[in-house]
Amino acid sequence: MPANLEANLHLTDVLPHAADELSALAQKVATKAVDFFYGDHQALHGISLGMPIHRVTALIGPSGCGKSTFLRCLNRMNDMIEDTVVRGEILLDGEDIYRRGADVVELRKRVGMVFQKSNPFPKSIFENVAYGPRVAGIRDRGVLNEIVERSLKQAALWDEVQNRLRDSALQLSGGQQQRLCIARALATGPEVLLMDEPASALDPKSTAAIEDLIFELKETYTIVIVTHNMQQAARVSDQTAFFFEGQLIEVGATNELFTNPREKQTEDYITGRFG
Amino acid sequence: MSLVQRSNGRPYAKLASNLFAIFCGTCMWLCIATLVLLLWNIFSHGWGRVSFDFISSPPSIIFPEKSGIRPALGGSIYLIGLTALFSVPIGVGTAIYLEEYAPNNRWRTLVQTNIANLAGVPSIVYGILGLGLFVRALNLGVSLVAGALTLTLVILPIIILSAQEALRAVPHSIRTASHALGATRWQTIWHQVLPAALPGMLTGVILALSRALGEAAPLVAIGAATYIRNVPSNMFTDEFGALPLQIYNWTDHSDKDFHVAAAGAIVILLTVLISMNALAIVLRYRFSKRIQW
Ligand SMILES: Nc1ncnc2c1ncn2[C@@H]1O[C@H](COP(=O)(O)OP(=O)(O)OP(=O)(O)O)[C@@H](O)[C@H]1O
Ligand SMILES: [Mg+2]
Repeated sequence: MPANLEANLHLTDVLPHAADELSALAQKVATKAVDFFYGDHQALHGISLGMPIHRVTALIGPSGCGKSTFLRCLNRMNDMIEDTVVRGEILLDGEDIYRRGADVVELRKRVGMVFQKSNPFPKSIFENVAYGPRVAGIRDRGVLNEIVERSLKQAALWDEVQNRLRDSALQLSGGQQQRLCIARALATGPEVLLMDEPASALDPKSTAAIEDLIFELKETYTIVIVTHNMQQAARVSDQTAFFFEGQLIEVGATNELFTNPREKQTEDYITGRFG
Repeated sequence: MSLVQRSNGRPYAKLASNLFAIFCGTCMWLCIATLVLLLWNIFSHGWGRVSFDFISSPPSIIFPEKSGIRPALGGSIYLIGLTALFSVPIGVGTAIYLEEYAPNNRWRTLVQTNIANLAGVPSIVYGILGLGLFVRALNLGVSLVAGALTLTLVILPIIILSAQEALRAVPHSIRTASHALGATRWQTIWHQVLPAALPGMLTGVILALSRALGEAAPLVAIGAATYIRNVPSNMFTDEFGALPLQIYNWTDHSDKDFHVAAAGAIVILLTVLISMNALAIVLRYRFSKRIQW
């Protein structure tokens, strides 16, 4: 089979290169032996994972394995859940975000988040995007206009909404709402973007739009995305981490992990034998 | 025969069901009929008394037909204004604390249960508390301020509970989204949660204030005047009356003509109350239409 052969050749050619390239990059976010507890329930066990700068890291694994929990650790959204404990180190540009005196509000401006279910504010499209800069203290109308336009363009939504910025965000379609949430997250000028199944509630077209978007955004941002869709992980990410029951089983360059997993559990999962 | 078959060997089941429906229907119509009768009785007696003179003149001990409700109405308006001034910030503040800040522990549950219980305490009990606390201990005397504070006690639980409900109706995802954008807790509450909860809160506040407007018992308990010639001009020192007290005073009179004046005052009171309730309904309706999450 020439096609097969070609694919194999191509892969063996590309794989070591991809892995090398990833490990050569600086780590924008890195966790060191992170444990996480909801009360008595330990949801994460000693997770050590580096997320290279300007690359997309995909988190995959069966439901309940701790992907969202891990993601929420990275911008300390777990702080809002009562009775939780984090142990270990989480470094953003080498600085522990859980250190004493760390500014959570500042952290969340640098590490933006997009949620599984789009959650626009019941306000106008403009106000949704301008909210982040506003709470950061930006009052100047011109500056706000500029930020809103730039963010909506980055989120590939500008063309669809530029004439209706005053309309309620709740009138947008599901796919548009999710892109609005992405624009809103970009407006605060983050360095890292966390996305928790951003396309799980969307139709194929909106999903494709968001995937294209991720591809463009990684030029300037470091992205961590949770997904249940293997094809999506393979398409958009450079690095993939497989979680299972609160453990990080395997992490590697996406091509490598999907074609040549080191662990039996990873292979079972990505070939759809469970989860 | 067919009846027996259809109802599975219990021929009376359908009959019983019909009887129950008839019973419930009768109860409903009895309620409505009583209400209509009551309203008709009051309006047919009192409507003729309602005029600008009635609203703008003071009551008289001797001439029922010259009696008006000016001091009582004025007292009621001041009372409600002051009560709103005291109860809204305290009530809304308490609700925000309980919903947005208080950790979910036993202490919170205890406070919560007690507020719910306090909402059911008869208003006369608050009147007696007001007499001891505001009139005597704090030495405010029988003044508008003491009256308003007493009414505040009466409606505070209602305001807190309804404000909490309005806050709880704001989806959690809104708070999460706001925090994730780097908003502080205060900014999240001020810019997102409160605007979304405001119409619901306002509805609760209006309903609570309309309850306060109709209260007589706590005011009697603190010793407010049932007969008064002037609208109070100093809220710390002057004697004050209120519409329900004026009505109570007139209906107690031996001269039947004063009962007509009482009916007129009831018409005014009911009109105000119904308008307030209508406003609350409109607000709630507009709110539910404007925001669908
Ligand atoms: N707020 C919470 N309180 C208590 N336990 C929680 C909470 N959130 C998650 N958990 C538990 O932590 C574990 C990991 O949950 P998490 O939501 O991180 O999984 P996930 O990998 O994101 O799953 P899914 O793919 O279904 O979203 C689960 O056992 C879950 O029950
Ligand atoms: Mg999840």
